[in-house]
Amino acid sequence: MDTTLKVEDLHKKFGEVEVLKGVSLEARTGDVIAMIGSSGSGKSTLLRCINLLETPNSGRVTVNGELIRMKALPDGTSKPEDMKQVERIRSKLAMVFQSFNLWSHRTILENVIEAPIHVLGVPLNEAIERAEALLAKVGIAEKRNFYPNHLSGGQQQRAAIARALAMEPSVLLFDEPTSALDPELVGEVLQVMRKLAEEGRTMLVVTHEMGFARDVASEIVFLHKGQIEEKGAPREVLFAPKSERLKQFLSSTRH
Amino acid sequence: MDESLSFFLSIAPTLLAAVPVTLTLTFFSALIGNTLAVPIAVASLSSNPLLRFPSAFYIFVVRGTPLLAQTYLIYYGLGELLPGTWIQKSFLWPYLRDGFWYAIFAFSLNTAGYTGEILRGAIMAVPKGEIEAARAYGFSKGLIFWRVTLPRAIQICLPTMTGETILLLKATSLASLITVWEVMGTARQIQKVTFRVYEPLIAAGLLYIVMVFILTRLMMIVERRINRHRLAPV
Repeated sequence: MDTTLKVEDLHKKFGEVEVLKGVSLEARTGDVIAMIGSSGSGKSTLLRCINLLETPNSGRVTVNGELIRMKALPDGTSKPEDMKQVERIRSKLAMVFQSFNLWSHRTILENVIEAPIHVLGVPLNEAIERAEALLAKVGIAEKRNFYPNHLSGGQQQRAAIARALAMEPSVLLFDEPTSALDPELVGEVLQVMRKLAEEGRTMLVVTHEMGFARDVASEIVFLHKGQIEEKGAPREVLFAPKSERLKQFLSSTRH
Repeated sequence: MDESLSFFLSIAPTLLAAVPVTLTLTFFSALIGNTLAVPIAVASLSSNPLLRFPSAFYIFVVRGTPLLAQTYLIYYGLGELLPGTWIQKSFLWPYLRDGFWYAIFAFSLNTAGYTGEILRGAIMAVPKGEIEAARAYGFSKGLIFWRVTLPRAIQICLPTMTGETILLLKATSLASLITVWEVMGTARQIQKVTFRVYEPLIAAGLLYIVMVFILTRLMMIVERRINRHRLAPV
């Protein structure tokens, strides 16, 4: 199987606090990697370092075999050598955010066609056609002309997923996609994500939904204090945890 | 009473003829001023001090001095500087002998300062998440600005900008002091010729009210269109 995404020895500091202390990760095509861990463990930061919303201090990220070229700076941070390359790679790593982050001045349909048209250069007709199919797929076709504020949280997040899919991304990055939702709306979003996993899409999911991780993930990664403490197949990680900290974490999430 | 009414009617054509002057002054000043406000706002938010400080200084000076002083300074100042330069021989000269263009110049620069500051605040109020989403989807800096930041910022500050435009419409009355016969200046001329104090002022006031009313209605339509996302779904 091809390696779609490779992360090697990622370090990230916020001021003096080291949030990521050398994290490595590999996703092959079709992998669904669930990242779990308590808050402050660095899982969201890891996700945001992959598409360079945060700039890692050091480490390597490779997408589809293409290394994101970084320049080390004298103060111990780094910056991209070529923003154009970063923008191109970002367009293949579609992100779904905790708070949806739909563009509130555009309708749902406009949200979905925006990046394909302006970043990928897809012709308008084609973009609309694809967007409509995607909105139907996530079950909100009839909301196409609504503005994000008119939709429920669950519908907004499904629209955000359609926006991500419209990029035909190599990897989907989910940053706690259900954490901002009312409990009764979580299911509809997870259901869509489940469907995507079944289609064989490569996904990196930061989540607190243990049921989802157990049923859908091909691999679970447990982060603790900026390092990968344990990883493996869901059954091993969830039912036969080796590390003390993972045992603690699991007992605190199960009631 | 009857006599008063016929007087109003007699001065109406003269005053009405000045309405287009007031409206074109307002239109061009708003257009140029609000356009210039964009780079001023962007510069004032720049991390580069060479952009930030001049812009902050510009806003400070424009807001710190009377519009009348600015108008005089531009009219008399430029009026003294320009003759004798190449400009006197250029095609621009016929325009630059006319107070009208100096007035537009002064009002535009003034509007640019005020709106620049308003827009600066609005740009800062654009939700960070929406900008982050654009970054995450591979938008370049320029694309983020034109597709997300600016339209969102304008949405946020549009009601304030409407207020500014109304102030501008009334501020154009200052143009009469540099020989531009807009509504207010025309009213003062009528006063002098007819020796009537109140009627020309009242008539001019009514005309301003009508103009402001129409302007507010127009802006309301624009606001509704631009802020559709806040209204209930259709």
